Amino acid sequence: MRHFFTLLRHELWKLFISPSTYIAAFLFLLIMGFMFQWILDLYTSNPQDESPSLTFFKSFFIPVFFMVPLLTMRSIADERNSGTIENLMTTPVTVTEVILAKFSAAYLYYITLWFFTACFHILFFAYAQEGSTIDPYPIFGGYIYIAISGMLFLSLGIFASSLTSSQLIAGIVSFTLVFGFIVGGSSLEELIIVMEPRPQWLEDLSRHTNSLEHMNDFSSGVIDTRAIVLYISCALTALFLSILILEYREGGA
Amino acid sequence: MEEENEEYTIEVEKLHKRYGKLEAVNGISFNVRKGEIVGFLGPNGAGKSTTMRILTGYSPATSGIAKICGHPVAANLHAIKRCIGYMPENNPLPNELRVREYLKWRAKLKEIPRSIRNEKIQLALERCDLMRTSDRIIGKLSKGFRQRVGIADAILAEPEVIIMDEPTIGLDPHQVIMIRDLISNLRGTMSVILSSHILPEIEMSCDRVLIINGGKIVGQGTPQELREVFINATTYELEINGEQQVLNNALKKISPDLEITKFSKFDNCTFSDVEIRGQGQHDYREEIFNALAQDDAIRVRSLRRRQAPLEDVFLAATRRSWDTVDNQIAIAETEEKTPQDSSPANKPQEDSVEDAVSKK
Repeated sequence: MRHFFTLLRHELWKLFISPSTYIAAFLFLLIMGFMFQWILDLYTSNPQDESPSLTFFKSFFIPVFFMVPLLTMRSIADERNSGTIENLMTTPVTVTEVILAKFSAAYLYYITLWFFTACFHILFFAYAQEGSTIDPYPIFGGYIYIAISGMLFLSLGIFASSLTSSQLIAGIVSFTLVFGFIVGGSSLEELIIVMEPRPQWLEDLSRHTNSLEHMNDFSSGVIDTRAIVLYISCALTALFLSILILEYREGGA
Repeated sequence: MEEENEEYTIEVEKLHKRYGKLEAVNGISFNVRKGEIVGFLGPNGAGKSTTMRILTGYSPATSGIAKICGHPVAANLHAIKRCIGYMPENNPLPNELRVREYLKWRAKLKEIPRSIRNEKIQLALERCDLMRTSDRIIGKLSKGFRQRVGIADAILAEPEVIIMDEPTIGLDPHQVIMIRDLISNLRGTMSVILSSHILPEIEMSCDRVLIINGGKIVGQGTPQELREVFINATTYELEINGEQQVLNNALKKISPDLEITKFSKFDNCTFSDVEIRGQGQHDYREEIFNALAQDDAIRVRSLRRRQAPLEDVFLAATRRSWDTVDNQIAIAETEEKTPQDSSPANKPQEDSVEDAVSKK
C-alpha cells in the first residue's frame, strides 16, 4: 500500500485541474436543485405525508444513473486507450493500489458532490415556517445510505471500466450494471413471472435487494445492517474482480 | 551463478510469445552485459516491442526464461520493476500535467527517496535539455519535447536496465545527436536496449545489434561482424579515365573475385565513375592502386573503399529470413490444402463462370 497515497493524490490532482470536473459538478447541482425546487412546488400545491427532504432522497437514483458512468468510465479504459497504463504498470506499483486509488478518487468526488446538496436542506430549514417541526435525522440517514450505496455503484463503474479500452463501452456497461441493480433489485418479484405461485424465498430475496426500500428504511432512521453488508460485500466483490481483470490484462501475470 | 548475474543484466532464453495462431516471438535467446548498449532492429511486426514488453513484465511470455539483474521476470515481477526504466512505443504521457509535475509523480512511484528526489528530477531535466520546458503542459508540447520527456522518465531513477522502444522517432537531427550523446553517456553504467528504424542511429550508438525478423533473431553482433556475415563483399569506388575493357583486364590480373558493377561517364568530363565489388573481406585497395598506376591506359583520380551500410545488412538479413518464413508458410499451406482440395473440379467451373460474366 506504499504507493496508494501517491496514486490517490495524482488522481485527485487530475480531477482538480480538469475543467470537466467542474462542469459535471455544476450540471449535477443544477439538476438536483431543480428537482428540490420541483418537490417544494409540489408541497405548496397539496400537503404530503413526509418531509420534502425524504422525497428528495427517494429520487436518488436519477443522478446515480448518469453520474456513476460519467465518473468511472474514464478511469481505466482511458489509461488503456492512451497507453499510459503501460507506463504505470512498469513501475513498482501493484494492481490493487491502482484500482483502489482510482476507486477512492471517484468516491471522494462523488461524496463531495452529494455533500454540496446539503445546502438545499439548510436553506429549506432556514426559510421554513416558524413552529413547523422538522426532524434532521432522516437527512443523516439518507446521506449515510448515499455514502454506502455509492461504494457499490462506483465499484461497479470501475469494474466496467477495467473490462475494456473504450470509454463508451465502459459507460454503457456501468449504466447497465447500476440500472440493473436498482431497477432489477427493487422489482425482482415482478420480474420473475414464470414462477407461479411465488415461492417464499423469492419474496425474502427481493426484500433484501430492494434498494428503494433500503433508502426508505435509512431515511426514516432505520439503519439496517443487512443492507450495509449487501452493499459493502458487493462493492468488494466488484473491486476484487477489477483487480483480477487488470492483473490478467496488464499485470504480466 | 553469482558471477553470471553480475556479468549479465538481461538474460533471455528461448522466449516464446503466441497470440492465437501467430507466433510473435519465436524462441529468442540473447544476453546483455552490464553497461552494454544493444540495438534492436527489425521490420514492423518483427516482435521487437513484444520482446521489450515481456522484459518489462508488462505482458507475460508464453514460454521461456527472461531474467533482469538475475531476477526471473515471471516469478519476481516486483524486483525487476525496480531495476528497469521503460519508455513504451509511441511514448504515452498524461496530456494534462506539466513536465516537472509528471516527473515528480514518476519519481515517487519509482521509489526515489525524498531527500534526492528533486536532485534527480533536475538531473534528468538537464540531461534531456528540458530545463526551459519544465513548466509547460505536456499535451501542448511538440513531438520532440514529448519524446524527451519520455526519455527523461526512463532514466529518472537511474535504473540498471533501460528499455526504450523507438526513442528517436520524430526528433530533428539536433535532438537526435543530443539523444545519441545521452545514450553514449549511459554506456558502462547502465544496460540499454533500444529499438529504432533509423539504422545509422543504431550503428553509431550501439555496441551490439540484434536483428529480429518473424519473431526470431536472424543476426547479432557488432555492426562490423554483421557486415561480414551478411554481406561478404567490399565495394570500391573509383574515378578513372580509361576504357572499361582495359580496367577489367587489369582487375582480372589482381584477383578473379573483383568485378565491375557500375561504369558510368560523368557529364562533360573524360572521367568515369566506377564501382568494383570484391568478394570476401580482403582489402584490395593497394593492389588495385598499384595495378592501375602501372597501366598507362588508365589514369586514376580517386579510390576509396566503401563499407556496406547497415541498411544493406538489415535488408539482407531480413530478406533472407523472409524467404525462409515464406517457404514455411508455403509448406504449411500445401499441407493444409491437400486434404481439402479433394474436388479439384470446382475450381475450373468457378473460373468459367467468372469468364462468362466478364464476357457479358
